[in-house]
Formats: sequence, C-alpha cells, structure tokens
Amino acid sequence: MPGAIHAEGLVKTFGEVRALDGVDLDVPEGTVLGLLGPNGAGKTTAVRVLTTLLEPDAGTAVVAGIDVCENPTAVRRSIGLSGQFAAVDEYLTGRENLRMVGRLYQMPAREAKRRADELLERFDLAHAGDRTAKTYSGGMRRRLDLAAALVVRPPVMFMDEPTTGLDPRNRQSLWEVIEDLVAGGTTLLLTTQYLEEADRLAHDIAVVDHGRVIARGTSDQLKARTGGERIEVVVHDPAHIPVARAVLDRHGHTGGGEGCTVEQHTRKLTVPVTGGAKLLAEVIRELDAEGIEIDDIGLRRPTLDDVFISLTGHATEPGDEPAAGTAGGAAHDAATGAGGTGTEEDDR
Amino acid sequence: MSAIPRTAEATSAPQGRGGLAQSVTDSLTIAQRNLIRMVRIPEVLIFGLVQPIMFVVLFSYVFGGSIRIPGAGTSAQQYREFLMAGIFAQTVTFATAGASAGIAEDMHKGLVDRFRSLPMARGAVLTGRTIADLVQTALTLIVLAAVALIVGWRAHDGIWRALAGFGLLLLLGYAFTWIGALIGLSVRTPEAATSGGLIWLFPLTFISVAFVPSENMPAFLRHIAEWNPFSATVVACRDLFGNFPPHYRLPDAWPMQHPVLASVIWSLVIIAVFRVLSVRKYRSATV
Repeated sequence: MPGAIHAEGLVKTFGEVRALDGVDLDVPEGTVLGLLGPNGAGKTTAVRVLTTLLEPDAGTAVVAGIDVCENPTAVRRSIGLSGQFAAVDEYLTGRENLRMVGRLYQMPAREAKRRADELLERFDLAHAGDRTAKTYSGGMRRRLDLAAALVVRPPVMFMDEPTTGLDPRNRQSLWEVIEDLVAGGTTLLLTTQYLEEADRLAHDIAVVDHGRVIARGTSDQLKARTGGERIEVVVHDPAHIPVARAVLDRHGHTGGGEGCTVEQHTRKLTVPVTGGAKLLAEVIRELDAEGIEIDDIGLRRPTLDDVFISLTGHATEPGDEPAAGTAGGAAHDAATGAGGTGTEEDDR
Repeated sequence: MSAIPRTAEATSAPQGRGGLAQSVTDSLTIAQRNLIRMVRIPEVLIFGLVQPIMFVVLFSYVFGGSIRIPGAGTSAQQYREFLMAGIFAQTVTFATAGASAGIAEDMHKGLVDRFRSLPMARGAVLTGRTIADLVQTALTLIVLAAVALIVGWRAHDGIWRALAGFGLLLLLGYAFTWIGALIGLSVRTPEAATSGGLIWLFPLTFISVAFVPSENMPAFLRHIAEWNPFSATVVACRDLFGNFPPHYRLPDAWPMQHPVLASVIWSLVIIAVFRVLSVRKYRSATV
C-alpha cells in the first residue's frame, strides 16, 4: 500500500537548473521523513510540488491518497504547510491570524474561533494572542506559523526547514511540539539542513543533492555509512604522538577495522569510537596520566558535511560543482550552516 | 507547553461550498484582513491623502490663474471646478500602487504560499485585496471631496448625478487595483512594486484631459489623451457634476462625446482583462 505521501519520478526544471531530477519518495502513514540536504538541493521544490504550489514537469505525487496534479483542492484540505519563513500577517494578532486561516480552511466562524483559542493555548501563545504578530519574537512567530498549519488537524504535514534561524532553546521547544504532533499520528515530511534535527525527529531520512535522492535510510544507517563517532586529539608536542596513539588505539572500536589516523603536520589524531562522552573522559584521564599535553580534544559526530563527503565524494562547498549560479550560492550557505552544527557538537 | 491530546483525530478540512458562495466568503475574509491592516497602519491612508490635497492646492492656487480653459477665460474659480474631477480621478487610480505593494509584500513574506496551500477560492486573495482597496479609495474620496468643497468646488446638477460621478470614480479605482494586482505579482520585491505601481500613472494621468484641455496638445498626444480611459471618467464626472464652463466644447472623439458610457466600458474591460491575467499569474506565483 502506498504511503500517506508517495511520489514517483518527480522532475521540475527552472530554465537550466533541474531542481528535481527524478525524485521518488514514500512516507508511510504516521511516520516522519526527513529530507536532508543543502540549500538548492531541491528540498523546497519537492515540498512545493507535494503541497500543490508547483506543478511538476514529470512524475506523479499522491498525498493522503489524492493525486496532487489531478485534484489539488482536495489535497489542500488534507495538508498543513509550515514554510521556510513564518508566513503570518504581522499586523494581525495571533488570534486573528489563526481565525483567518481557519475560515480559509472553510471552517464555520465559531469553530475557527474556538480552534484559534485552543491552538494559542497549546502553543504557549495565549498570553500574546491579542498582540500583533509584529511584536512576537522569532520563536513565537514560528510557533504561530506552525499553529496555523495545524488549524484543521491535517493528517499530512509539511515543514520546510522549521527551525532554521531559531536559537537553540527555541529549536528545542519546537522539536518537542513536533514530536507531540507525530505521536498523535500525523504523517510528516520535514526538510532540514541539520543532521541532528533529522536524527531527532525523523524515522527515515532521504539525503537530497542536485535534485536527486542520493541515499535513504534511518539515521543510524546513514551514520554507519559515514563513520560514526570519533575522538579527535591535537597534542602539543609532536614527540608525544606515538604514546597518544597507543592510548587511542586501546579505546578505538574494533568493528570497522580502522584504527587511529594521524595527521603529522597538525599533530591531530582521530579514532572512531562508540563510547560517547564517558569514553572521552576516560581518554582524557589516561592521556593526562601519561603526561601528554593536549591542545585540543573533542568527540565528533558526523555532520551533514561528513555525510555528504562520504555519500557524494564532494563537500557542500561552493565552487566544486559547475551547477547553476543559484545552486552554488546556496551550497555556500549550507556549508556555513553545517559548520555551525559541527562546532556545537564538538562543544559537548 | 501542554501535550497534544493523543485522542486528537486527524481530520481534513470540511468540503467547501465551492462556487460563487465560497468565493464571496473567502474574498470577504481576505478583505477583512486587509482592512484590519489599514486600521493598524493608518500612515498609508494619511499619506494617500497628502498627495491629492497638495495637488488641489497647487493646481488651484499656483497654476489656477494661468491655465486658460476655452469658454471660461482665466477665472481661477472656474479652473478649480474644472480641475477637481481630474484630481479625484487621479487619486482613485493611485490606489494601484497600494495594491501592487501589498500583494508583492504578501508574496515576499510567504503569505501567498500559505494562502495557495489552503483550500480557498482561487481568486479570493486578489479579490479581497481589491475590495479592501476600494473601501480605502472611498474613504480617501470622502475626505478629498470635503477639501474640494472648502476651496470652492460644487456639484451643480443635484445629488444623484454627483453620486453617479463618484460611482464612476470608484469603478475606475477598482479597475486600476486589478492592474496593481498584476504588477504586484510580477515584480520581485515590494520596493519595486511601489515604484512600478506608480511611475506609469504619471504619464497616464497627465496625457489626459484631467488638468488641461486636449485642444492645445500636439495631434499625436491629443488622440491619446482623448482615448485615454482615464479621460473618459474625468469628462464623465465633469459632466455629472456640472463643472464645465458654460460655452465649453467637447472634443469630437467618441469617448469624449459619450463619456459616461465610455468610462463604464473602459473600467469593465480593464477589470475583465486584468482579473483574468492576475488570477492566472497568482495560480503559478513564485517569489
């Protein structure tokens, strides 16, 4: 049985750029698919096709059992969309925004009103319900936008980079909202640039690059392909490298067969591990006991860049692909974003 | 943040009533939204009034004594009466810029994407916008008419003919907001929409009979001025307000001889053409 979202061979071109180059997707009912990829990879275009905003040049898409091209209006009754920007009217109050959306979903006025109050309460916006959205913080606007997408309790939800631009605290609270939503049985397709986000929210992940799905699987499967966790150590004195190596080799996980790798000129040693932070603490103690001075040490988990390098053999850096100008510029943003995630992870 | 009740059953939106009834309610929902915005951003309405009032004063008192109207000599009072229909008409057409800027902003902020993903009537976002603009135009006209009365303008042929004149003005203004809608959907930024919605109105309103009679223009411009949709409404209003000097002779061009009919036809044609083009553009709108 096809899933709540099912797409085959979606193609969409804008001039020279093939934004979608034969995308197949299947999201079983009640599950979450994370579309992971840099800006310009085609994630947003895929969402726009599936939410009836854009007609594909080729391929078919069925959402909630309805063909997107044949009966877009029926599809619109069954979906909620939370786009890349908080699409709320900033001169309307939170309550007015939600009522308007309810009315446009063809709800009777009284029901739209009741539902607006309910959603404000649930999204922790009741205190701000009668203030214009202009006065809201970024996180509040995002929550209002998400509430607007949930006005009819749609069985299928689309979220395009729901946490881009949010600070860590707001990102965390939005994740909780999304988890609640999914626990209630909603099918969700979510796009993101952050592996961490896909990791936390998605059952399945499809990695998208240049309009194609280049890999799919669970978060663990993708991480396994990318190499999993590793400890990175930079020693102060090059003479200490052999001793440090011996320590790390004792703790490196044996499954993959690859041991410690050493970059002589940067005095950096890297070893794949499975023990997480606890192991890191142990390694630090042992290195200390051996009297090795450390310049830097950290536990690194795979970042989007790592996934990309391992899957495509190229980084999400600008200039390495002769694709269209827009895609190149967007890839640069993605590289910056992924770099940020990496730093966050290192800090833990 | 309270947890979502697990019992919350997913439900699709109710089946809309479809057809005209749904178009009307959806349009009114959007119109209401735009009117709330108008109340919360009163600057827009206020600045919309400054320009026409400035024109009333400039043309009445600065140019008024020097512009000669056939059959009226150089009486400033008679020029003021002649002028006012032109200012009224110019003011209603300037609603175009508001519509184009508003719609471009909705596109830019992702609101159009949200609306397009909702099961609402296709033309309602644009129709709602134009209805709200019509209300704004009507308010502007009321204030402007009061200013005109203060500087000595009068409608001489009775209240019904005067109201008919204002009706034509509103129809013209409504038609022009559909041009504004298309511009708003076609440009990339709200800033471009503001200037793009405005610039072409200057030649349109000046190459017309709004401020000066056409008879002294070069033949080429005279034909444009006399067939200009804008001129038809101006002449129709002068006629309905009784604002022509006693011995004024209208040009021979058909729209100038049948201004009321010409004004109605022009406005309806503009609405029909630009509504179709705008709604089509809206359906495939991308920023």
